[in-house]
Amino acid sequence: MTVTIYVPGDSGALALGADKVAKAIEAEILAHGIDARIVRNGSRGLYWLEPMVEVATDAGRVAYGPVSAKDVPSLFEAGFVTGGQHKLSLGDPEKIPFLAKQTRLTFARCGITDPVSLEDYEAHGGLTGLKNAVKMIPADIVKQVTDSGLRGRGGAGFPTGIKWKTVHDTAAEQKYIVCNADEGDSATFADRMIMEGDPFVLIEGMAIAGLATGATKGFVYIRSEYPHAIAVMSKAVEVARSAGVLGKSVLGSSQGFDIEIRSGAGAYVCGEETSLLNSLEGKRGVVRAKPPLPAIQGLFGKPTVINNVISLASVPIIMDKGAEYYRDFGMGRSRGTIPIQIAGNTKHGGLFEVAFGLTLGEIVDEIGGGTVTGRPVKAVQVGGPLGAYFPRALFDTPFDYEEFAKRDGLIGHAGITVFDDSADMLKMARFAMEFCAIESCGKCTPCRIGSTRGVETLDKVAGGIEPEKNLALVTDLCNTMKFGSLCALGGFTPYPVMSALTHFPEDFRPVAVAQAAE
Amino acid sequence: MSLQPASTDIATRAQSVIDEFKGLEGPLLPILHGLQEEFGYVPSETVPVIADALNLSRAEVHGVVTFYHDYRNHPAGRHVLKLCRAEACQSMGADAIAAQISQALGIGFHETAKDNSVTLEPVFCLGLCACAPAAMLDGEVIGRLDADKVEEIVAEVRS
Repeated sequence: MTVTIYVPGDSGALALGADKVAKAIEAEILAHGIDARIVRNGSRGLYWLEPMVEVATDAGRVAYGPVSAKDVPSLFEAGFVTGGQHKLSLGDPEKIPFLAKQTRLTFARCGITDPVSLEDYEAHGGLTGLKNAVKMIPADIVKQVTDSGLRGRGGAGFPTGIKWKTVHDTAAEQKYIVCNADEGDSATFADRMIMEGDPFVLIEGMAIAGLATGATKGFVYIRSEYPHAIAVMSKAVEVARSAGVLGKSVLGSSQGFDIEIRSGAGAYVCGEETSLLNSLEGKRGVVRAKPPLPAIQGLFGKPTVINNVISLASVPIIMDKGAEYYRDFGMGRSRGTIPIQIAGNTKHGGLFEVAFGLTLGEIVDEIGGGTVTGRPVKAVQVGGPLGAYFPRALFDTPFDYEEFAKRDGLIGHAGITVFDDSADMLKMARFAMEFCAIESCGKCTPCRIGSTRGVETLDKVAGGIEPEKNLALVTDLCNTMKFGSLCALGGFTPYPVMSALTHFPEDFRPVAVAQAAE
Repeated sequence: MSLQPASTDIATRAQSVIDEFKGLEGPLLPILHGLQEEFGYVPSETVPVIADALNLSRAEVHGVVTFYHDYRNHPAGRHVLKLCRAEACQSMGADAIAAQISQALGIGFHETAKDNSVTLEPVFCLGLCACAPAAMLDGEVIGRLDADKVEEIVAEVRS
């Protein structure tokens, strides 16, 4: 019997040498004349163990990691093709606490299946949601998504079903489904992982959105920094098309739906939905004023559903298991699961999908295991470059849209960057302003000018020039940016700046004053 | 921007790229990506050719080309090294790594080495935040950069 060996083809695993490991395994297979094949699966999201190689044995899958190319000969000597013991043995991957504690709904197949095998996808429960949707009337699909309580996972948390209903109710010759895969926030990689590890779940979600709203064309706008995700998605779309999942008739139904993969061009602001639409149209990625809502006048002026990757990839399980099944996870108005991404200076960096409600401290200390440098955690930034810095004092905040808002923060796309006590929060505040200045689309003044003035003013603070006066100016400037900007880039840059200033005031005291006080 | 008509060679090559993507909905970005792949940058001589093909003004095309960080207006070095400058990588010492690489290569960000061996570019997130600091060398991703990996990278771009 042919043995299957899994070596992740996920970017994170590749960045840690997975290709070299795969090559070494191939050489050993040939040298020993073993009947085995290598599958390049996605990542399970345990990045401190990547490249994590798995072997399918009679007793189930057995994992080894982190494997480097030079470990491969000894793995074969230890008989790893039959699950033999080795110093890198991890046993049953599902029993690794980091995975065992998760509730994997959206990421159920990620890291398990061959990403571009539709047979594998179906064998693991794929396409059931779409098959159900094909038999339903569009309004019922919309209702099921609405009832699930699913909210936009891109960051804004807007109810997905309501967006879909608006597009469903707006009559037009042509409607579009646009998937926002411009995942530019630092500390986030959930979209990348699902596109590289289980692309069909996104394709299925988009096809369901098409059936629900009457849209026949979909675009996936993937950032150019993700070449591997673009390659896997493009391949998966081809496979889905030749299998009749996409095309003139979705699974034999009377409606057609097709998908085109598009590449961004390095502009962070294109993750904002209206600038993404402009970019797709071939324009400068400048933010549009709302209204009109994209659901009424979106891509090329037509009604458009624009959803984040994870929102769309969460739809198949809702259509498969029902609205209640999904809604029963979570807390308050944050229903279902959220793929939390733990990144930066953390011992156990990776993706942790779980129902809403864990506290920040549980995530950072227990699941993340503290810092990799072994120093105390000073701050964590939640929600990417536009998210607030949280000090340890706020680690009791539950992971929930509303609870984070109450603490002047946001969940965003659920990325968490951990910093140890060597972090300089004045520097991080300055970086937030600098990043905004680099990436501003330039349309509105508070963002375009405010960010540059913010950098200059924080430089004065750092230089000890009238710190009190300049900090008051920064506070005032943040207020203007927050309420005067057209989109979240200018509007949310004050979150990291003000949270750094509020929670770590000692970092904003000029060196001379700080020394004098000691 | 050149006011001269595009040289025949550039214009012909540009035209075939344009023809490949012209039929798409919203074809401008795919065309620009195609041109950058063909030439290694987006030659200013191609702007009027695109404008003509898509019935846009040259100003509109120029506006789009210059909006996006990806499009270059001159060729890069033989290798392109992108270093992540975003928060997660900063939390793992990306600034020190950047200083080290910059010193070893003798160039700063947005610069190309005198021998044309390498261009150093900043990038804001490669999605490798759980294996920071991260970089991308000629499209290949590299995680957990340390002094040894920096040495390997420097040796590779100089070879």
